Amino acid sequence: MTEAAQPKSAGGEATDATGPRHPFEHPVRRFIDANRAALGTFAVFVVMMAIFIVASPSVFLEWNIYRSVLTTLPVALFLVVPLVFVVTAGEIDLSFPATMGFSAWMFALVVQAGFSPYLGIAAAMLTGALVGFCVGALVVYFRLSSLIATLGMNFMLRGVIQIATEGKSIALVSLTQSSAKPIFSGIVFGVPTQMLWALGFVVFSSLLFNRNQFGAHVKIVGDNSDSAQQMGIDVNLVRVKAFVFVGLGAALAGFFSTMINYTWWPTSGDGYLLPVLASVFVGGTPTWGGVGTVGGGAIGALTVSFIQTGIVGAGLSGFYVQFFNGLIIILSLIGHRWNQIRYR
Amino acid sequence: MAEHLIELRDIKKSFGRVYALGGVSLYVDKGEVLGLIGDNGAGKSTLIKILAGVIKPTAGEILVRGKPVSGWNAARSREAGIETVFQDRALAVQQSIVRNIFMGSELKGPLGWLNIAKEEREAERLMREIGFTSKAFSTHSIVGQLSGGERQGVAIARAIYRQADLIILDEPTTALSITETNKVFHFVRQVRASGRSILFIGHNIHHVYDIADRFVVLDRGEVELEVKRADVPSAEALIGYMEAVANPNKTGSRTVFAAGAAT
Repeated sequence: MTEAAQPKSAGGEATDATGPRHPFEHPVRRFIDANRAALGTFAVFVVMMAIFIVASPSVFLEWNIYRSVLTTLPVALFLVVPLVFVVTAGEIDLSFPATMGFSAWMFALVVQAGFSPYLGIAAAMLTGALVGFCVGALVVYFRLSSLIATLGMNFMLRGVIQIATEGKSIALVSLTQSSAKPIFSGIVFGVPTQMLWALGFVVFSSLLFNRNQFGAHVKIVGDNSDSAQQMGIDVNLVRVKAFVFVGLGAALAGFFSTMINYTWWPTSGDGYLLPVLASVFVGGTPTWGGVGTVGGGAIGALTVSFIQTGIVGAGLSGFYVQFFNGLIIILSLIGHRWNQIRYR
Repeated sequence: MAEHLIELRDIKKSFGRVYALGGVSLYVDKGEVLGLIGDNGAGKSTLIKILAGVIKPTAGEILVRGKPVSGWNAARSREAGIETVFQDRALAVQQSIVRNIFMGSELKGPLGWLNIAKEEREAERLMREIGFTSKAFSTHSIVGQLSGGERQGVAIARAIYRQADLIILDEPTTALSITETNKVFHFVRQVRASGRSILFIGHNIHHVYDIADRFVVLDRGEVELEVKRADVPSAEALIGYMEAVANPNKTGSRTVFAAGAAT
């Protein structure tokens, strides 16, 4: 940087307010500075897609493969984005798969009992928020390690589902006739509507993260909770709110996944634990708290869901999927390591 | 008697059987920089924490603008206009200058949406007020990119935003280079010029000598000396005095401030 060469003006040197803009003030420079991680993730995604297209143009220049990814990606987005908040706050939540299954179960029960699916959505979101609150309160107020405690909650909640349903799924045929179907799992101009909802959720969450007091507090708490406390921020409440947000996201994920399949399974959500976690970190949110990126997390989810489709589409056997999954995760982490600066 | 901004009367603090403070009385007036000097273990940290309301004194009285305040705690301390900048842990270093200045009291509209434009204007005004401006950074710069002296500037700007009348700086120049120390001094002088007070804590006597209007020397929980700057001929004289306090057997320069020490 150029300013390193010239002696720094002593803080005292009053600068003219109308003077030339300092380099940080340039909008493009500021955008790049503020979105380094997300842009890095995007670069990884573009390179990966370029390789897929070169390897198998017939598959990757067709809209079909994108539509199939866009059908399942929304569910992951509702899980990844709130998890970015929790990781930024310096915690982790591994209970979201069970929360997702549990909330979707409430949705299924309401619909099965003959009530409107809209009431079902409300019930699912309320359940998700409540479960998130319980998990958060448990971790925060009992001062438990969120890594272990949420893992325990994941097993316990899934256990409750298994015990109560004896492993039976719930088919919701009535949903196919419901007015909710075209709204939440229809197709608009070849794009699944659930993708549009998920996109809206990503944009809203990004604003929440960057332009709302909640996001600001989440970052400060993850960065320096002593200082946050001294400045009058209710540190524990901020942490609990982040867990509630994960619960809400999990409820939406569970609702959309049930809406897509017209069936609720007692295992609903189980397969998402590791891909969603990977997406958060592939997206460029570091593990140490204080900083994170919602947009990066969303692109991370996109990358992770394309790996599987892409490798099979590129003509490799399914045996390669896990290997390349791991390879891309490791390469992204190395990339971010080089890109991120950790301040102390 | 003149009314002091903040006054401590006979503050005692013991942790179990250990006496950290054995009856400390001191005051800070409006618009002055009081230097609090003392070695490690002299009781400086305990005194700051009592002023900040983080810990409660075992005995003694705290007066704000001449009126005794009962039930002293962190909230009372804040109401009295005291803001403490604790060494090392005051700022969230991965966040921007703006986010640090408005930490916990963000300028926001309905539903917590931040009024970012207003925050930026206000932050720039605050930074100008203490002379904390440079072409090398803007209000968006990450605090971790700033130098040690500049970080103190962020903390001081925040204290002023929170309408502090007395800013307590805990070892603000420890581990800083001369250039960085001068930056901090510049901020401190600007704050004093605006009529606010500063309690400047340090164990580098040269630093404190350069900036303070009055000195209080703390040793093993007692005020050993209180003297106006005008009565101290040089930093060396102050050091000589402290050496004499530390080694009472040697004949030191304890007599240098015969006039000042009587206050």
